[in-house]
Amino acid sequence: MAERKLLQRDSDDEGSLLSRLGTDSPKPRVKFGGMFCNVEGAYENKTLNFESYNSSPQSVRRHVKVKNEEKCWSDTFSDTGSVSNFSSVSETRPSGDRAIGTEIGSSRGQIVYQTGPGHNREHNGKRETDRLIIKGGKIVNDDQSFYADVYVEDGTIKQIGENLLVPGGVKTVDAYGHIVIPGGIDVNTSLQTSQLGMSPSDDFYHGTKAALAGGTTMIIDHVVPEPGASLLGAYDQWKDIADRGSCCDYSLHMDITRWHDGLFEEMESLVKNKGVNSFLIFMAYKDKFQSSDSQMYEMFGIIRDLGAIAQVHAENGDIIDEEQKRLLELGITGPEGHVLCHPEEVETEAVYRAITIAKQANCPLYITKVMSKSAADVIAKARKKGMVVYGEPITASLGTDGSHYWSKNWAKAAAFVMSPPLSPDPSTPDYLNSLLSCGDLQVTASGHSTFSTAQKAVGKDNFTLIPEGTNGIEERLAIVWEKAVATGKMDENEFVAVTSTNAAKLFNLYPRKGRIAVGSDADIVIWNPKETKTISAATHALTVEINIFEGMEVRGAPVVVISQGKIVLEGGKLNVSEGSGRFVPRKAYPDFIYKRIKARSKMADARGVPRGNYDGPVHDVISMTKSVPATPSSRGPQCPGKGPLGPTRNLHQSGFTLSGTQIDDHIPRRSAQRIVAPPGGRSNITSLS
Amino acid sequence: MSGQGYQGKKNIPRITSDRLLIKGAKIVNDDQSFCADIYMEDGQIKQIGENLIVPGGVKIIDAHGRMVMPGGIDVHTRFQMPDRGMTSVDDFYQGTRAALAGGTTMIIDHVVPEPGASLLSAFEQWREWADSKSCCDYSLHVDITEWHKGVQEEMEALVKDHGVNSFLVYLAYKDVFQLTDSQVYEVFSVIRDLGAIAQVHAENGDIVAEEQRRILEQGITGPEGHVLSRPEEVEAEAVNRSVTVANQTNCPLYITKVMSKSAADVIAQARKKGTVVYGEPITASLGTDGSHYWSKNWAKAAAFITSPPLSPDPTTPDYLSSLLSCGDLQVTGSAHCTFSTAQRAVGKDDFTLIPEGTNGAEERMSLIWDKCVVTGKMDENQFVAVTSTNAAKIFNLYPRKGRIAVGSDADLVLWDPDVIKIISAKSHNSNVEYNIFEGVEVRGAPLVVISQGKMVLEEGNLHTTEGCGRFVGRKPFSDYVYKRIRARSRLAELRGVPRGLYDGPVCEVSLTPKTMTPASSAKTSPAKQAAAGAQPVRNLHQSGFSLSGAQVDDNLPRRNTQRIVAPPGGRANITNLG
Repeated sequence: MAERKLLQRDSDDEGSLLSRLGTDSPKPRVKFGGMFCNVEGAYENKTLNFESYNSSPQSVRRHVKVKNEEKCWSDTFSDTGSVSNFSSVSETRPSGDRAIGTEIGSSRGQIVYQTGPGHNREHNGKRETDRLIIKGGKIVNDDQSFYADVYVEDGTIKQIGENLLVPGGVKTVDAYGHIVIPGGIDVNTSLQTSQLGMSPSDDFYHGTKAALAGGTTMIIDHVVPEPGASLLGAYDQWKDIADRGSCCDYSLHMDITRWHDGLFEEMESLVKNKGVNSFLIFMAYKDKFQSSDSQMYEMFGIIRDLGAIAQVHAENGDIIDEEQKRLLELGITGPEGHVLCHPEEVETEAVYRAITIAKQANCPLYITKVMSKSAADVIAKARKKGMVVYGEPITASLGTDGSHYWSKNWAKAAAFVMSPPLSPDPSTPDYLNSLLSCGDLQVTASGHSTFSTAQKAVGKDNFTLIPEGTNGIEERLAIVWEKAVATGKMDENEFVAVTSTNAAKLFNLYPRKGRIAVGSDADIVIWNPKETKTISAATHALTVEINIFEGMEVRGAPVVVISQGKIVLEGGKLNVSEGSGRFVPRKAYPDFIYKRIKARSKMADARGVPRGNYDGPVHDVISMTKSVPATPSSRGPQCPGKGPLGPTRNLHQSGFTLSGTQIDDHIPRRSAQRIVAPPGGRSNITSLS
Repeated sequence: MSGQGYQGKKNIPRITSDRLLIKGAKIVNDDQSFCADIYMEDGQIKQIGENLIVPGGVKIIDAHGRMVMPGGIDVHTRFQMPDRGMTSVDDFYQGTRAALAGGTTMIIDHVVPEPGASLLSAFEQWREWADSKSCCDYSLHVDITEWHKGVQEEMEALVKDHGVNSFLVYLAYKDVFQLTDSQVYEVFSVIRDLGAIAQVHAENGDIVAEEQRRILEQGITGPEGHVLSRPEEVEAEAVNRSVTVANQTNCPLYITKVMSKSAADVIAQARKKGTVVYGEPITASLGTDGSHYWSKNWAKAAAFITSPPLSPDPTTPDYLSSLLSCGDLQVTGSAHCTFSTAQRAVGKDDFTLIPEGTNGAEERMSLIWDKCVVTGKMDENQFVAVTSTNAAKIFNLYPRKGRIAVGSDADLVLWDPDVIKIISAKSHNSNVEYNIFEGVEVRGAPLVVISQGKMVLEEGNLHTTEGCGRFVGRKPFSDYVYKRIRARSRLAELRGVPRGLYDGPVCEVSLTPKTMTPASSAKTSPAKQAAAGAQPVRNLHQSGFSLSGAQVDDNLPRRNTQRIVAPPGGRANITNLG
């Protein structure tokens, strides 16, 4: 081995130089069996080079043509080495996330045990046979496409290339004529959030099963604690349910529904120890979940300091509340009332406000559920001004519109009820698809939260009681393909970006998820762009009885879905195992987002003007009404930790200076100081005369 | 003759000179300019034309072809404004005197009731102050500093009986004046039903409060903290929000003090989308910028404190005057509210305590002429529109004010477009010792100012009379604003979908947390909480007017047309699937 390594070293040095010279610039797309198929290392630049993360010299992984079986095996071993290196990379990455780091740092098998000791043992046996080779497909990542085979073992991708040497007894998956894409990541599902005491009809098992059927191999679900309840408690509850039910890997967002004492400590603990790096704040649902602007500002400051991502449900809850009252008074009780009292401007206004507050707090912002043209426009404009803001259209807003709220069929109209509502403007889906294609919107999700017709019928006489949510977890990839790729708005690479890669980058799952590369998780979808399917409640994998896309014909469908290295969909048959999904922790400070935030917080320091003391006359003030809170009345609850202005702890700055190593040790402290030259010059007159 | 004082006020014996003839004038209205003579009597314009036949003994002013325009209307002043026991140094006498010296012949001042105090008594208080001191005609806006049921009734009384047709709502000054979005929604609905105009002080008070705390914690206590804690986006956000609420309530909206480019852009865009919204840049935002907040001279820096603050972007004045010229902004005010340096020094160690407000009542006309007309951005007619006519139209003073026409009030300005003046605290008429436009050279100034038919400025001398200003009542449903609002409210009727009853299975719900108000939630307005208690509540949006005989909005047709929406799903009446 050592000799070989040395040899490789030498050849690597000049090889890298020479091969870069010769082959780097515009790399021809290699067709399988074409004349370039034998060029050595042709695939290397196309896969992520994990070694570059790593300073340790061991196991430089190269695809040398190895002739005999033995060397092939040694090569495979060095692959395993490189995988564990990849994990240890994440460990050595500067962050205080020790606990998670070691979890990943240990070998793959162990992490499976960690998530749920009860039900993974039996899979372990299965996993040994889980060696797959995907042959003949075109691999599509977000940056480029190329022809190569993929070898999968132990739930990770071990080799990519042509003429791979693999052990015997490997199952071959034929992908000729299809594209091989990273499995979709659905960043917004609510599979466990109950409304009015009713649980969604698709729980973690059914939901993730449907996700896999549609080509989505990872979901990020929203934890919605009851207002006032502990975040950690809700998190544990969610994780417990998901561990038992989920069929694919999952992660969790945390929703902030109410301010209470200890909230900050809980958030800190979630980020540091629990692998949560995103928090959602509601601007709607007045008197239930809604946060005031002050609370949002403070929350954004905390989220930024923790290195997490702020998500908002953007709707002006005050206006909605008033409009709901007005509509009910007018006697409108059907589902059309829902869209009438959630007009588009109300969404747009909230997006605008959230962006303003995030800008002030220098916090990255993620708008969930972009449902209308004008809201998308606000996001696009803010991005042009340089804001770190991301927008998430969902399956429903990309695939259908809000005209169905006026359906004579109550059950159908009610099935579309969700917040923000689908826009009645029929040109909305097209517009959102265009913005998604040009990069103004970045991520797609489903917002999946389904309730049966009987559950929705709770609001049959009052639309405000209809539980909100639509399906979309299964249809997402197909609808984006149909609406955006089949129409020529985006290409297959952008398709991968918006369905998987961007989400992985934003939420710090990259490159473990969202890319087909050596060392990444084997969450792979073999996609047939030509297959045509009609969406219907009769055939979907969900339990809900109405599908909002009923009758829609879509091109593009998954042929084979591989999750955690196992084939879960093949030949139209789903083969999922309840509880096999692992919790995927996410670290704070995703590079994709925080590089800019860090640079900005260095610049953003405001400086006072050094002046002499004012020594002129001072008017006597009799009553200082301003400092007295004039009406302790009804101006929104004071947030905790804010009441007395005395010597309280500064929540924005000091959350991290109490113990030794800090989560943000790698961020340089704000030390640069910009001196503002005062426009008025340097005179120091303090009074006029 | 004509000695009958208005509203029981005695006029002063220069009455004999109250017949005026302006000869050879170029009359400038907002729509056209033409040459004619003007004859005035009894404070009114009686004749316009050439070779007028006038009685003898008339005082003749020869205009020599100079422009005569309607006197300026300053829609936003805060004279004699109380702030924490202090009173701004320019009271109604000093303030209106300064206004007249600059060519403004009418002001509309803001009544600011202390939270908890009655609107009506505050209004009476302001009337008393102004009646005894004002030198020119005036009117009053009323600010809504808190919201409850009683306020609504008082607003009704103010509109019907007291000639108020505009109310200002604060989105800033958290815990003092600020209203929540729900409250703003309710206030706007009431305002629309009353036929008044909603004004908004647009800044996000929540963000401002947080930023103030942060900046004080950083140890920044000087006036620059004021502008750092109120960044431009905070203003633009609040403008956007109030436009949204106004759209929902179908209420005409008027944004006071447009200070930044982005706020002006939001207004311009909303207008392009059809919202009935008006924007008011002020003298300070048109004439100077916020770089002075960083002045080493504390007194100077503090003199610029106003909210929203002047934008530190030096291109702002230019941009705002361009938007004013192209019609995206419509009205100019001064927001004149001055405090002496000693009063400002209350906040010498904490910028949040510095009383807010700048001067500008006197400089407004000259500055706009200099920035807009001299530079060729607008012509003299547009100048008249933005300084006077538009304001008169929006606030229903037109054509009594804002136009030179037979029957209009004799509030005129003879304008000299060529005179060059340097603005300075030494020569201005305000009481304050610091002028924020100190040293600015402006071209264009009034030569003669005629207010209520009397010459008050002549050859550089002011002849004002304390207390001769009349209160000018303003009626609701200003045509200029409400013609569109009416048409829209007819269209805005919402219709439900007639469906058969849903007869499928219904899930049992044990608890309904949505209808149960969480105990600690203090977000609802008092009016709403009261309403929540009693179920058969009166509909606040609709029924404010059906109790007595003649109504303030009798001229408004009732909503009776009904638009039938054809349901996209066809006419089937299936209520469950399968």
